[in-house]
Amino acid sequence: MSQSLLSIQGLKTWFSTEGGIVRAVDGVSFDIQRGETFALVGESGSGKSMTALSIMKLVPQPAGRIESGQILLEGEDLCGLPEVAMRGLRGNRMSMIFQEPMTSLNPVISIGEQIRETLEYHLKLDAKMARARAVDLLDLVGIPDPNRRYDEYPHQISGGMKQRVMIAIALSGEPDLLIADEPTTALDVTIQAQILDLLRRLQKDKGMAILLITHDLGVVSEMADHVAVMYAGEIVEMAERQAFFENPRHPYSQKLLSSLPGNKQRGEALEIIRGTVPALNQVFLGCRFSNRCDNAWERCEKEVPQWHSLETGGVRCHLVDAPEMAREAEKLQENISKTGDVGVSGMDHEKSTLLQVSNLKVHFPVQKGLFKRVVGHVKAVDGVSLKIDPGKTVALVGESGCGKTTVGKAILQLIPQTEGAVVLENTDLSTLSREALRQRRSDFQIIFQDPYSSLNPRMLVGDILKEGVKALKVEQAQDDDTWMDELLDQVGLTPDAKDRYPHEFSGGQRQRICIARVLAVQPKVIICDEPTSALDVSVQAQVLNLLKQLQSTYRLAYLFITHDLSVVDYFADEVAVMYLGRIVEYGSVESVLGNPKHPYTQALLSAVPQVDPKKKRMIIRVEGDLPSPINPPKGCYFHPRCPKSMPVCREEYPDLSVLSPSHETSCFLYSGE
Amino acid sequence: MEFPFQWTLLWTDRMIYLLLVLVVGFGFYVSRKEHLLAPWRQIRRRPFAMSALVLLLFYLSIGLMDSVHFRKQLPMTDTSKALQYDPEVLSLLDVLLEGLKNNVEKTYSAPLATHAFNKQMLEGPDGTKQRIYPRLKYGGAHLVNPETDRWPDLLSRVGERAVFGIGIIVLFYIWVMLVLSQKHQIPPKEMTRKMIRGETETAWRAILLTAGLVFIVVGIAGPLSTKYHLFGTDKVGQDVLYLALKGVRTGLVIGTLTTLVMLPFAIFLGISAGYFRGKIDDAIQYLYTTLSSIPGVLLIAAAVLILQVYMDKNADAFASITERADIRLLFLCLILGVTSWIGLCRMLRGETLKLREMEYVQAAKALGVGNQRIMTHYILPNVMHLVLIAVVLDFSGLVLAEAILSYVGVGVDPAMISWGNMINSARLELAREPVVWWSLTAAFIFMFVLVLAANVFSDAVRDAFDPRLRGR
Amino acid sequence: MITYIIRRVLYAIPILVGVNLLTFILFFVVNTPDDMARLHLGMKRVTPEAIEKWKADHGYDIPVAWNASAEGIQKISETIFFKKSVRLFVFDFGFADDGRNIGADIRERMWPSLAIAMPSLIVGLLVNITVAMLIAFFRASYIDTWGIIVAVGMMSISSLFYIIGGQFLLSKMFRLVPISGYDEGINAVKFLVLPVLVALVGGIGSGTRWYRSIFLEEIGKDYVRTARAKGLAELTVLFRHVLRNALVPILTGVVVVIPLLFMGSLVTESFFSIPGLGSYTIDAINSQDFGIVRAMVFLGSVLYIVGLILTDISYTWVDPRVRLR
Repeated sequence: MSQSLLSIQGLKTWFSTEGGIVRAVDGVSFDIQRGETFALVGESGSGKSMTALSIMKLVPQPAGRIESGQILLEGEDLCGLPEVAMRGLRGNRMSMIFQEPMTSLNPVISIGEQIRETLEYHLKLDAKMARARAVDLLDLVGIPDPNRRYDEYPHQISGGMKQRVMIAIALSGEPDLLIADEPTTALDVTIQAQILDLLRRLQKDKGMAILLITHDLGVVSEMADHVAVMYAGEIVEMAERQAFFENPRHPYSQKLLSSLPGNKQRGEALEIIRGTVPALNQVFLGCRFSNRCDNAWERCEKEVPQWHSLETGGVRCHLVDAPEMAREAEKLQENISKTGDVGVSGMDHEKSTLLQVSNLKVHFPVQKGLFKRVVGHVKAVDGVSLKIDPGKTVALVGESGCGKTTVGKAILQLIPQTEGAVVLENTDLSTLSREALRQRRSDFQIIFQDPYSSLNPRMLVGDILKEGVKALKVEQAQDDDTWMDELLDQVGLTPDAKDRYPHEFSGGQRQRICIARVLAVQPKVIICDEPTSALDVSVQAQVLNLLKQLQSTYRLAYLFITHDLSVVDYFADEVAVMYLGRIVEYGSVESVLGNPKHPYTQALLSAVPQVDPKKKRMIIRVEGDLPSPINPPKGCYFHPRCPKSMPVCREEYPDLSVLSPSHETSCFLYSGE
Repeated sequence: MEFPFQWTLLWTDRMIYLLLVLVVGFGFYVSRKEHLLAPWRQIRRRPFAMSALVLLLFYLSIGLMDSVHFRKQLPMTDTSKALQYDPEVLSLLDVLLEGLKNNVEKTYSAPLATHAFNKQMLEGPDGTKQRIYPRLKYGGAHLVNPETDRWPDLLSRVGERAVFGIGIIVLFYIWVMLVLSQKHQIPPKEMTRKMIRGETETAWRAILLTAGLVFIVVGIAGPLSTKYHLFGTDKVGQDVLYLALKGVRTGLVIGTLTTLVMLPFAIFLGISAGYFRGKIDDAIQYLYTTLSSIPGVLLIAAAVLILQVYMDKNADAFASITERADIRLLFLCLILGVTSWIGLCRMLRGETLKLREMEYVQAAKALGVGNQRIMTHYILPNVMHLVLIAVVLDFSGLVLAEAILSYVGVGVDPAMISWGNMINSARLELAREPVVWWSLTAAFIFMFVLVLAANVFSDAVRDAFDPRLRGR
Repeated sequence: MITYIIRRVLYAIPILVGVNLLTFILFFVVNTPDDMARLHLGMKRVTPEAIEKWKADHGYDIPVAWNASAEGIQKISETIFFKKSVRLFVFDFGFADDGRNIGADIRERMWPSLAIAMPSLIVGLLVNITVAMLIAFFRASYIDTWGIIVAVGMMSISSLFYIIGGQFLLSKMFRLVPISGYDEGINAVKFLVLPVLVALVGGIGSGTRWYRSIFLEEIGKDYVRTARAKGLAELTVLFRHVLRNALVPILTGVVVVIPLLFMGSLVTESFFSIPGLGSYTIDAINSQDFGIVRAMVFLGSVLYIVGLILTDISYTWVDPRVRLR
């Protein structure tokens, strides 16, 4: 076998913290061949980013250090290299792009300068040549009008553009290896598709290897040649892509794949991985996954599993030695998954709309000039109509900046609406006085995205639960605090949680507390604003299961605001697709996701990376970025990016076309129907 | 039962007692909340911070002793049956330092001197007049032959005390060690080893060493200062050590009461501005921009000048010089508070603007929680760390500011003993030949130790409480 | 940009009105002109005639805010409020108690103030930034630890001691520079060395500590990681990337004081007998000349507001994200 481009042997990167030594990367080995894409997959805290930083020798000093191991770049051990020699390699033979394009570029230096700097340093080009080359690079990564963009600053371009600039910087030294650390996580799906496309194209042209670090199995399935799964600082499984997705060997990989929500699981509970990732400041005596593994038996607790090499990779699991245990476990697991079944909603036929939103508009004034005159409006929400029945879920889907969160807050009357009505059981909430509104507040509640910022860090969980009950004077079944114990039990927490502070809980547990807080006031409709996007896949499944189960118990109605179409597919009854403050397509999940009509919905759907490696999808490319809502394009808002735009699209905004009783869209393609 | 003295409550005394009650109450509250305690635990581990804390507590005890005031009862006279009290207000510290306070020489004398600093025309027993350095009335008065006896006497006194002090300290160390080993269930030998190596959870080594040092210094200086003038005497013959010790209270009062005065305004206005925004925000911003646009020293100067005129006009309202000086001190704290609340207010406004958009505040609003409760239960507890940091950071700056202001002439009352006034009067002494350096040195040492301790401690507090600095 | 400046200038008006009202209340309402006269004439035993004469001499013999005896517009203009406070808006500062024209004095004395404050600021800034940069370069090493310890120690010493110590060492013991005084033109240099040096040494402790924390905050940001991933050397990262970003918070603290440099430093100028505005003010405070103090308060606020506007404008130079509207 020819020499690998990069070979990592027994890499250990440790951090000294106040809680002891954290073994963020604990004995990782893998090889990357020239020109291939090697994906390192794992949940947050698994050590995958630290592995990448270790390769670049950019581990944050002085807390972190490479404890042992070899990093061989074409046979040369980087661990022994002095810092000066490393500089010659960074950005030259290997480059790195990061997760947050928003903060990864220097805000006060023009983007062209930031590329030119690298060129001058590594290729020793003079200023003029470097500039010309930088412009070429901008062009190469698909930035329109590169000559003009050269002098622009990072704040003037969009997130997707920034990531392109990052890629251009990474490419400037013509690297053999590109390390991409969650390159698309902070981006919208349509932009993600563009960036992944770009990476594929560049890889083909330049023949460089890519180390792709991601948590998104869909991205892996689309990009990778080889896959390695990391868990708690170790690689637990390594395989070729095809083999990995068809036949994952490690229980963790299996669980990861099956906990992905989607159409297939509709009506059933999702597979979950119980518990959370163990803390890494300990020495493990057994398998690190054993406390969360359905297959675990005593040996897993007592003996550290060794690496078993298989045809195209390997796995770190005792099951390889003892396949008979797996069968036992499978039986056990079947029992578990049956008991974890959730009730199927949608059984009732009475059609009484619980919440009706009609023509909701939220405009924020834009002030300008000497006396701050209002010169325009940011039309964050520009005429949205929705209705939700009891026990049903309506999903509001759209990319960041489309106004979906504003819709949620406006329904809750947390921000004043400019126009329209929000009718909850025959009362228009926007016409209520402050006091009257306060009394109705127990009926409609909200769950937020970030479980870390949605609980007051200075309040006991018990007080948090009581807060709404006291303010809204909600009657509880019991006078004493036993209702809290029941509530906590319902969301899967123990009663002693009452006397603890939020910071003692993990992200998933916090989200459960948020749900309990909302349930305490016995709402009828809950607005879920991206409740799972900050969580890892396995925890996301836990929370989705809980929400589903509560819905069937209390006939709750959900307005589910999300950007994640697979969650919608699994969870929602109806879906509304939003673009630039307006709903472009609305209908039942089956019709909208199964048979999308609006070109935007089609593009959005096609851009979602699919886990199934066999299903070849046609990506409908959407060019450019979301326009500014201050100044939306004339005519149909989507027409500048629409692959099917017609002359009429430029002139006026299309009316609603009703395709079927459960499917409507605003597009001229269907205006005749 | 009748006491032969009358308890006198000065205004600053009341404020100090109030502050003490607040601090103790806050400490009690914190000690019962695990998550509030965590940052303090971090501070407890840092040796520098704990040494600083010991020094601060030492200063604090001096200041507190100087804050218990009373007036002595005068002997009964036949003419009036009513009890009469001495118009001079004394403090507990004055009683403790009675020797220092009353050992007043004629004029300058150098530290540890037995003779005056200046020659004086004296009439000898035989009637001849000659210019000599006269013997001091108190400094080294017990010596028969000052020229030869002075150093041996000093050395034996210091040595004796030092040995005695170290003995007591070692016993004290052993006692602390035994108590700790009991408490943590660690055998004494192991505990000793841990303490010597500085491996204890609380930085006991630093605490005990500093405390021991303070004890020995006090143990030596205390008795010695009744026989000699350790820091010499000033122009009017006052013992400089006494002046420096009396200056402690002034420094502490300026450093702490100012914050007490400004805190309610800064917190209330800052949070209101950030939370309500709009017109209320505009008004509060206008208020603090206006106040901050006036250069601080000038505003203080103007206010103090006006106060002076006002006090002169109403001179009869004050029973004694001490009370008059005290009111002026309080007013100085007030006006310093007005100029220094702006920074904190602006910071709290900014932080509140951020916090009010936090999801837990939004959630509380959705749950119908009222504005007042959101401000007191959701915003305030989450900005308290900023308030605490600001308070400890401001302290040392205010102590330094007192010196400057007193120099400029708009500080504390000239009759009040303060380091600023000491520096101010000592400034010209440097121009003398030979130089009179001790007043300045004493003020320098006392001030430096306090400010340094405060700075080191506030650094630790900031590191522990500022989430942005975590892990740095 | 222009509209922004205009708006800021307009916004300055209510603030100056506020300052004016505040000083007016402080100086004329809390204490009446009679009290002032009594203070100057030497307390208690003063005849009413002497008070009236003093007031007439200094222009305080008119009503405070409303002149009922005058005609028309003079009802307002013939008052202390109008004459002493409103006139400040046109920079008419009136006369000092000794009869000198305050405006002329200020114009004359601001140059020595500037001559001492400007070099102090520039030298201090350069030295502090360099030292802080060095400490940040060696972060988490012994140099860093000891740098901080020295800085904290130095900032725990009152600036008065630096001045006294500097004068004592350099002037009295080594006789390198004159102890105090001032001269015109190039001769001023020898008088300026010591004050500038003292200001530098006195400010270096807090200065480096403050800049170090700014640098460290910037060093923790993502773009620094990007710059390192490019292979740039640590010094290039610090000077090209970190420093340019750190300039934003540094400017906030520095630009706002530039106009105030005209005002001079009270303490430095009086110690070194520099005939600037600082010593002018301190003399006025000591001789209780309220006219001068009032003028300086007003001037100070004007300069502060100018400083704020300059700060905002300077942001546009260093931070491309800031656009003034």
